[in-house]
Amino acid sequence: MAEHPIVARDVAKRFRLYHERNQSLKAAVMRGGRASYEEFWALDDVSFEVEQGTTFALVGENGSGKSTMLKCLAKILRPDRGTIAVEGKMSALLELGAGFHPELSGRENVFLNGSILGLSKKELEARFDDIVAFAGLERFIDMPVKNYSSGMYVRLGFSVAINVDPDVLLIDEVLAVGDEQFQRRCLERVAELREQGKTIVVVTHSLNTVRNLCDAAVWLDRGKIRANGPAGEVADAYLGEVHVDREVAEGGGGTRWGSGDVRFTAVELLGPKGEPTEQVRTGDEVTFRLHFDATKPVPHPVFGLGVYTLEGIQVTGPNTREAGAVVDHIEGEGHVDLRVDRLLLLPGSYTVSAACTDETVSHTFDHRHRALHFDVKPGTPHETFGGVMSFDGRWQIVSGTG
Amino acid sequence: MTKLQEITSRRELFVNLTLRELRGKYKRSVLGWAWSLLNPLTTMLVYSIVFTLLGAVPETGDPSGLRSFAFFLMCGLIPYNFISNGLNGGLMSLLGNGNLVKKTYFPREILVAASTSAALVQYLIELGLLVVALLFVGNVVLPWIPVILLLVVFQTLFVLGISLVLSAAAVYFRDLQHLMGLVLQVWFFSAPIVYSRDLVDQNLRDGSFSSRLFDLNFAINPLVRFVSAYRSLFYDLRWPATADLVYIAVVSLLTLAVGFWAFGRLEGRLAEEL
Repeated sequence: MAEHPIVARDVAKRFRLYHERNQSLKAAVMRGGRASYEEFWALDDVSFEVEQGTTFALVGENGSGKSTMLKCLAKILRPDRGTIAVEGKMSALLELGAGFHPELSGRENVFLNGSILGLSKKELEARFDDIVAFAGLERFIDMPVKNYSSGMYVRLGFSVAINVDPDVLLIDEVLAVGDEQFQRRCLERVAELREQGKTIVVVTHSLNTVRNLCDAAVWLDRGKIRANGPAGEVADAYLGEVHVDREVAEGGGGTRWGSGDVRFTAVELLGPKGEPTEQVRTGDEVTFRLHFDATKPVPHPVFGLGVYTLEGIQVTGPNTREAGAVVDHIEGEGHVDLRVDRLLLLPGSYTVSAACTDETVSHTFDHRHRALHFDVKPGTPHETFGGVMSFDGRWQIVSGTG
Repeated sequence: MTKLQEITSRRELFVNLTLRELRGKYKRSVLGWAWSLLNPLTTMLVYSIVFTLLGAVPETGDPSGLRSFAFFLMCGLIPYNFISNGLNGGLMSLLGNGNLVKKTYFPREILVAASTSAALVQYLIELGLLVVALLFVGNVVLPWIPVILLLVVFQTLFVLGISLVLSAAAVYFRDLQHLMGLVLQVWFFSAPIVYSRDLVDQNLRDGSFSSRLFDLNFAINPLVRFVSAYRSLFYDLRWPATADLVYIAVVSLLTLAVGFWAFGRLEGRLAEEL
């Protein structure tokens, strides 16, 4: 097998932005056959190689050209310059269930979709039961897919695509679909393929995906390569420059509930010098400050924090009660601090939820979900091999007689 | 791997896409496939009634002796319908499958070929029924079937060739689909389908502009050649004019070659323009 199943050399792709399209003959004739458009280079001399059996990430912001690059690899788009060589059987997961015909049954669509992805009828027959079982659609397989829920539709699409048994798998963030359980199974499946030595290319803007799933990465910025190397380094470089798009995280969150006897007026992160900030480094001394306003005297309140990754995984959840910090009573405005001597979070984006409850932790005065966002940049300890936190441990090596 | 090898290696996909087209077309309609036959039958009935009312006398098949306006019409109408259905389907074969073109990869020619082949299946059914009906009135077409099939092969290549150009061009010029309706209508009347060639020869022998136009049309219009070849075989039960057969073979192969070439030129930006 080739050492580099994917080799891209000086790939450039130009798009046309039409001001007004010549989609009618009249318009074409009026303008003398020429539509007015601007050109821009979605990819500009991009070169990289992907090693056999590794997982490779294309990262970048929206519009950076990463999806365009993936489509060029998948042969859907034809680059204007440069060459792309892909060896082995390739399967692209750009959109799940692309090509499903709504009027046809799930069964018919499995065969249709499978053959689009390059499976023969024999192979499909052998894998049919697996495909249906993985999607969990045994009871519905003879129903027209237009009656499927969107989740069922996507599950069947993914199930077919993942059973293609490709040498090279291209994935475009489609894994962010389906319910949590299905997502986990998808990730497990991708991990299995990794272990089998398949070469995988992922397009993503989740740095956690890059750190935890990938071996190497390319960071694309407006069509050009900004960094190319081991996944951890590229992710650090990317994070060092880009302020992760907050709207995404805020879209579904930002909710708040509680009786309102105590209200959080602000949640702040203070840096080493006590200044409010949204960017700290691994190992920094930081303070989480919760500003509150108690409209009436509240005896024995309990304050707590929850720190989450952007994917929603909770990293920690300290509170005053468990820490034995009893608050006698509060009234009016004030703030409560959580001091952290050394922040052992690894680089990434995190959100903070704040809560204030009564003594028993059963009555909530105020709970602000995702009240604060902050980024952690590389610091000390410096680790690039995935995860969200550092043990900050010390290595000791004992060898034989030295 | 050359393009042609790549295309032929995806035969199963071609079959599946054809089946998808066929299955999807009449799903959930009560009459289903009967609709595809009702269309030419209605046209035949309308023209037969109108022409009989006008007192038109149907041509007599030579040497078959068949004398029926309905059959005379069907021998030209069914082949025309294949071209018309094939081109309309071909024109939409990329536009109607934008999702496949934008999100998956396989040689795009297969989409066009599948649409042509779906039209071909319908055509073969119609021709089969025509043969049965002809046998019923005593026209023994059976010995001519190999020649008819050969003609169908060339006609299919012809339709595929034009479809390849249309399918890609329609992505860049959307109003091609509307233009196509007009072109097909003119094309229909340009060939002796509802009228006979003799009728034109009798009435337009004056060397006027329109008679010369018709002569030119009869000389170069491939549809005219197809119709007269099919009519010789089905209606007259005789060997078609050799000139017609040669012309059809050359034009069909040429059309297909041009179609593939043009498609290769146009397909570069398909996924972006859809």
